[in-house]
Amino acid sequence: MSRTDTAPGLAARSAPYRAVIASRVSSQRSHRTSFRVDLLSSLLVGLVELAEVAVLYLQVERIGGLDLAAALLVFAIADVGFSVADMVVGHCDNIPTYVRAGTLDVFYLRPQPLLLQLMTSDLQLRRIARAAVGVVALVVALGLTDPPFTVRTVALLVVALVSATLCFAAMFVWAGGVQFFLIDGAETTNAFVYGGRYAATQPATVWGRPLLVVFGFFFPMAFTAYLPVVTLLDLDGGQQLGLPGWIGWTAPLAALWAWALAAVSWRLGVRHYQGGGG
Amino acid sequence: MRGSGRTYWRLLVAGFRRQSTYRLAALGGLVANATFGFLKVAILFAAVRAAGGELEGYDVGAISAYIWVSQAMLGSVNLNGRTDLAERIRTGDVAVDFLRPVDVQGAFVATEVGRSLFAFLPRGLPTLAIGVLVVGVPLPDHAWALPLGLVSLLLAVTISATTVYLLATSGFWIVETRGLQILYMVLSGFLAGLFIPIWFFPEWLAVLASATPFPAMLMYPTDVLSGRVDGSGALMHVLVQVGWLLATVAAGQWLTRAGRRRLEVQGG
Amino acid sequence: MTETIVRTEGLGRDFRVRDGLRRRTVVAVEDLTIEVAAGEAVGYIGANGAGKSTTIKMLTGILVPTRGEVRTCGLRPVPDRRRLAREVGVVFGQRTQLWWDLPVRESLRILAAIHSLSAAEERTRSDELVDRLELADFLTTPVRQLSLGQRMRAEVAAALLHSPRLVILDEPTIGLDVLSKQRLREFLVEERRTHGTTLLLTTHDMGDVERLCDRVLLVDRGSLVFDGTLPGLSATVGAERVLVLDLASSTPDLVDVEGTRHQGSEGGGLRQRLAFDPGATTAARVLAQVSERAEVLDLAIEEPDVEDVVRRIYASRR
Repeated sequence: MSRTDTAPGLAARSAPYRAVIASRVSSQRSHRTSFRVDLLSSLLVGLVELAEVAVLYLQVERIGGLDLAAALLVFAIADVGFSVADMVVGHCDNIPTYVRAGTLDVFYLRPQPLLLQLMTSDLQLRRIARAAVGVVALVVALGLTDPPFTVRTVALLVVALVSATLCFAAMFVWAGGVQFFLIDGAETTNAFVYGGRYAATQPATVWGRPLLVVFGFFFPMAFTAYLPVVTLLDLDGGQQLGLPGWIGWTAPLAALWAWALAAVSWRLGVRHYQGGGG
Repeated sequence: MRGSGRTYWRLLVAGFRRQSTYRLAALGGLVANATFGFLKVAILFAAVRAAGGELEGYDVGAISAYIWVSQAMLGSVNLNGRTDLAERIRTGDVAVDFLRPVDVQGAFVATEVGRSLFAFLPRGLPTLAIGVLVVGVPLPDHAWALPLGLVSLLLAVTISATTVYLLATSGFWIVETRGLQILYMVLSGFLAGLFIPIWFFPEWLAVLASATPFPAMLMYPTDVLSGRVDGSGALMHVLVQVGWLLATVAAGQWLTRAGRRRLEVQGG
Repeated sequence: MTETIVRTEGLGRDFRVRDGLRRRTVVAVEDLTIEVAAGEAVGYIGANGAGKSTTIKMLTGILVPTRGEVRTCGLRPVPDRRRLAREVGVVFGQRTQLWWDLPVRESLRILAAIHSLSAAEERTRSDELVDRLELADFLTTPVRQLSLGQRMRAEVAAALLHSPRLVILDEPTIGLDVLSKQRLREFLVEERRTHGTTLLLTTHDMGDVERLCDRVLLVDRGSLVFDGTLPGLSATVGAERVLVLDLASSTPDLVDVEGTRHQGSEGGGLRQRLAFDPGATTAARVLAQVSERAEVLDLAIEEPDVEDVVRRIYASRR
């Protein structure tokens, strides 16, 4: 059978992924009751997480240089980023399940890169409800903190949201790679993926040195929301950490670093699997 | 209840044994528990200091004890609502359980408590040890706090089992219990005071939380062990726990009987 | 000269397993040298743990070999995995490549996109597969609601949709009823005849080998111990068939029926199993002898189990 192997366009190359994603969407929409339960639960998860931050800042006026409004903004950016990443690639840290079900072997038999197949294999629409909580929180927080409505503000917000989403997506992929080695101890990666999400909603100024190393730089969680907010609202958190005022603009570099980590981890993981770890 | 104490002891030991096969999983749980512990330390210590060294009865020492005791209990209280029993009820396999000469509720609770107590060894105690060694957790200054705290801990673990039992047996009437289980999973941690003590909540929310059995699974034992409450306050917490235990056991017995009748009427 | 589709030379694969605290090395495939020509149908048989699945994984690029050479469709499986995927179709009897919550038709549509089939190719090929595998009745049924036989047919369609030159089947008939097995075999024979597809299958069912394969490879502990035709294999060990008889009343064990060996009884002699060598006697002759002693209600003939043949070959080698 003849096939056009010579430099197919983007549309042709993305067709397999679009077909899979479209099937996921239609399948989830066809199970209405179950989908509604999932949507509602996802909404509740978002609200509970919001409450965990709000309750604390209602008790104490200022923690680590953030007041309630600024903390809400940090939470919102981090949560939107995490929810979107979770919706799209959140299943990537389920490697043990995929290995046990033989799903990975099936991916190997298809002519697409493994990681792209995995990433597009299980889009979870329900998690959109949680992102909605983040978006509402973002709007409210922007109203409360009232940064000047300028190109700079909008640009910084966009940069922060995109970088945060990419960072969290990288965390899921990183975790997936590590789980090839830790089939029975996959929960270990939760410490950094979900711990990372929790860390991302905190002001980095409250961390001691070890936490700064782990969640400030190695897994660049401070760069997802806190540091952009510091730059946006011109807070002194950056100075306390010995970082310049414009540090929030470097969020894309953090995302790049996170993806470098993810790529290395995934490579090693796959090599381990092919080497017989599975 | 049918079945002798010996039977339940056996079941408890079996639950205990089953856990010992998951060593790597336990290590993963430990790493996760400790990491979240350090993050909680960072933010809650900062909060207590920002409040002038004392917040709703917690000083830095008490909040440290709260954090590490609650992290240590994480593997031992069921905050996700998932049980094998729910699956057995859904598939109808539970009919077999009713044929055994042991009380279904008693057997379930004994197995769960066995599992929970065992989880303290690879997950709970090391988590606590990390907190004690790295951050520092003061011993309760009241002589009665420790024994009373251990009683409270045992009660908490048991209430967790008797409460998820109620969730599972709702499956006799509701075909799809997944929605309830998810609701349980989302709300239980928050209302039990896992991330923030419920005493930090606004008044109405704290009252709402206290009207559920969740604080009895986590908040009260950490209060007693951290010395945030002592004397009559601690005793009061334990009494409230006993109240929840009795209430959930009674409700569970009633649900078991009604569920069994329903099963017999429908013929499994 | 025909083209070589599979070629391995000194192929081997070790696994390191943890045994308590120590690590030890297990040799799954020791030293395998095989060659399969285009258009052949090869049965790859051996006991459980003989290294069949490991070999398949190395042929398809899922596992990296520890030693030796392997070429599938002229490609190196691991580095050329994505090109190879267009040439090979794999059916795993135990795992699915369909989307369990989607209708069969939808799964086929996605797979067509995955293999970048043109609209025309997709239509022609799916119509052909739907017709010959008789999928039409359940095309709109979600996969999870299919019976095992229906699902296996859908799996085969999924693996063959992109018209691979090599089709590897790992236990394709496991758990299927007689009729479903029969249909599947007929389809594969037809597919091979019309498209010249090369077949490589692992199986425990001698019927599969008998009706599908013109060549048998037998492996033992990761090494090739037999390469030839099925009659050749049976001749080596004298493959027996088993007559399973359901009798009207309890009968003493039929231990002295001529040309047979009594294998066992159930239900106090209500069901008895007699093994016989088809070269020495026939099923009809055995039945006639039994009928003189007891009323036969029902009977079935069991094919020799590959496991059994394999066991005897293994035994003869040791």
